[in-house]
Amino acid sequence: MSFPWAKEYTPKHPVMRFFDEKLPLPRFVYNAVGAGYPVPRNLSYFWNFGVLAGFFLMLQIVTGVVLAMHYAANTEVAFGTVEHIMRDVNWGWLMRYTHANGASFFFVVVYIHIFRGLFYASYKPPREMIWLLGVTIFLLMMATAFMGYVLPWGQMSFWGAQVITGLFEAIPVVGPPLKTWLLGGFAPDNAALNRFFSLHFLLPFVILGAVILHIWALHIPGSSNPTGVEVKSESDTLPFHPYYTAKDGFGLGVALLVFFTFVFFLPNALGHPDNYIEANPLSTPAHIVPEWYFYPFYAILRAFTFDFILPAKLWGVLAMFSAILVWFFLPWLDKSPVRSGHYRPLFRKFFWFGLIPVMAVLFYCGGAPAEEPYVMISQIATAYYFLHFLVILPIVSSIERPDPLPFSITEAVLGSDDEAAAGDAAPTAA
Amino acid sequence: MIRLVGILIGLGFTFVVLLAFVTGAYTWSTEEVAETAESVFHETAHGPEAGYSFDGPFGTWDLAQLQRGYQVYKEVCSACHSLNYVAIRDLEQLGYSEDQVKAEAASFQVPGINPDTGEDTMRPALPTDYFPSPYPNSVAAAAANNNAIPPDLSLMTKARHHGSDYVYSLLTGYQEVPAQLREEFPDATPAPGLYYNPYFANLNLAMAPPLTADGQVTYADGTEATISQMAQDVAAFLTWTAEPQLIKRKQTGWPVLGFLLFATILAWLAKKQIWAGAKRRKD
Repeated sequence: MSFPWAKEYTPKHPVMRFFDEKLPLPRFVYNAVGAGYPVPRNLSYFWNFGVLAGFFLMLQIVTGVVLAMHYAANTEVAFGTVEHIMRDVNWGWLMRYTHANGASFFFVVVYIHIFRGLFYASYKPPREMIWLLGVTIFLLMMATAFMGYVLPWGQMSFWGAQVITGLFEAIPVVGPPLKTWLLGGFAPDNAALNRFFSLHFLLPFVILGAVILHIWALHIPGSSNPTGVEVKSESDTLPFHPYYTAKDGFGLGVALLVFFTFVFFLPNALGHPDNYIEANPLSTPAHIVPEWYFYPFYAILRAFTFDFILPAKLWGVLAMFSAILVWFFLPWLDKSPVRSGHYRPLFRKFFWFGLIPVMAVLFYCGGAPAEEPYVMISQIATAYYFLHFLVILPIVSSIERPDPLPFSITEAVLGSDDEAAAGDAAPTAA
Repeated sequence: MIRLVGILIGLGFTFVVLLAFVTGAYTWSTEEVAETAESVFHETAHGPEAGYSFDGPFGTWDLAQLQRGYQVYKEVCSACHSLNYVAIRDLEQLGYSEDQVKAEAASFQVPGINPDTGEDTMRPALPTDYFPSPYPNSVAAAAANNNAIPPDLSLMTKARHHGSDYVYSLLTGYQEVPAQLREEFPDATPAPGLYYNPYFANLNLAMAPPLTADGQVTYADGTEATISQMAQDVAAFLTWTAEPQLIKRKQTGWPVLGFLLFATILAWLAKKQIWAGAKRRKD
């Protein structure tokens, strides 16, 4: 792989030698997640969430394929087939609850993964491509999750689809015909349900493809680390296997404990009761809300309530999409020579006391009814959100004086690089 | 360049959203927010004081209660409300024997086809049939109920926040319209054919109080059929219809979590052991 000291795979067993010659799959695994992939030795538990996201993607695909065997995408029967899965299919309730909560947990771990990247500025060179692919994966996830939520054809499915596709109407001139074309009708109906099912089945495999590219791009420069100092020598690294396979195994255990607590004891806590009412185009729910993982962006959408040159709704749609698109430009907006937030005192303050509370506020307001004071609060939060990424980050990153960096990862871990070398001779040295 | 464009776009969005904030704040501070009858009088659902047997992570069904609840559904609710997603065979889960379920099924008439002539006819239900609807279609349901279609009850306790409590509160919550409401919100007083119930979202419910007197049903097990008793029994029954797998789910959860806890401890010990040498490791 890219590190000059990345270990060459040398098969010992004749069978493995045979395989490696004809199809170097063992070599690939060895270099991707085996002892042949050197990883910085100082990764914190925040670096577990990439593997967790991969796990939840696979879990969603497996449970989703099973659910698709029993589900029928037709407005007449869709709601009933979901109940059939819940009541009559063997362990169908477990499959469905795992899939529904799996989507939520996929987003939980991906949000942590993204904000890890934001704090440690993992998007900075040479890892821009990994970040761009990551944001792309997040957009694909949002599309997939939205369409998946429509499939049970409950009240929130229907009205959520109505609201989200209605956003396209805000686009001048082409908006209304575009919406009709996307839905295959004037409102969500059988045509829309069918194509959403088709795309909901397809997109996870597109995500899988993007994930493979994401990991491929990761293996060119190798993993980032909490100091943001690049790997300088082999003593800065540990082989992925067994060190990080063991650490990821423990992290996965903890994540599954939390996840299955939800699946078995709080399976509907993250959903909305209205989705257990069959879709009824004639009865609008009192509060239409998306799934919780869309709340921040829904809050941004609803924060624009004033027609300034353009209609408020169009501002809202532009802002909502820009809120994610802005992430694509972070590698070029952040000028700091230093990556890690640990060594960027001003950046760190804006991250912990600006961005994180603002995201929490947007999460809260997105789920609250569109009433005062929630709208005013989300307006302030939205203003900060855009200021943070587009104004504060570029300016702070060019004016702040970063703290001194450790010479190397080894020094950061062990206190001194010499000590690491001396360590072998005198194992008692800390 | 990209940073300059970014700053301009950022300031642009900020300007527009702050403009919206200023206008919104102005409206908010100058206009009185009118209180609604719902915001003043709506009450949060609560369950029976003793709670339900299925509450909590170790909950179980009280089969006698579910059977009583089924009786209340059959004798009272089923006059207007369907139970579309529940099959008669499912009653075996309530502790009825196969023969009892067969007999119970035969007491219902469901639409069928005359095997000799192909004409539509009615036949006694089989355990594999689903509970028949009280109305042939939604138009008939609306026509018979002052245009308010009685909702299907199969999923009712999952379709409301704290659904089991909601059903109980709603059934026991009918009351006289408070004088204060008549005074302050004359428009919110129930129209003819509507009934005041503070647990219902908009306070005015088209369903007449279904449980009106103690002893409305006669329980086979001798339990005294107070209104509160009937309400909690039918709420328990509807919790079962909404999620027949509820108890199996919780009971499956414990061994799964136990296994995961064990596996996680092992994984932690393995991680600790593997990493023990790493601090001083140099390859």
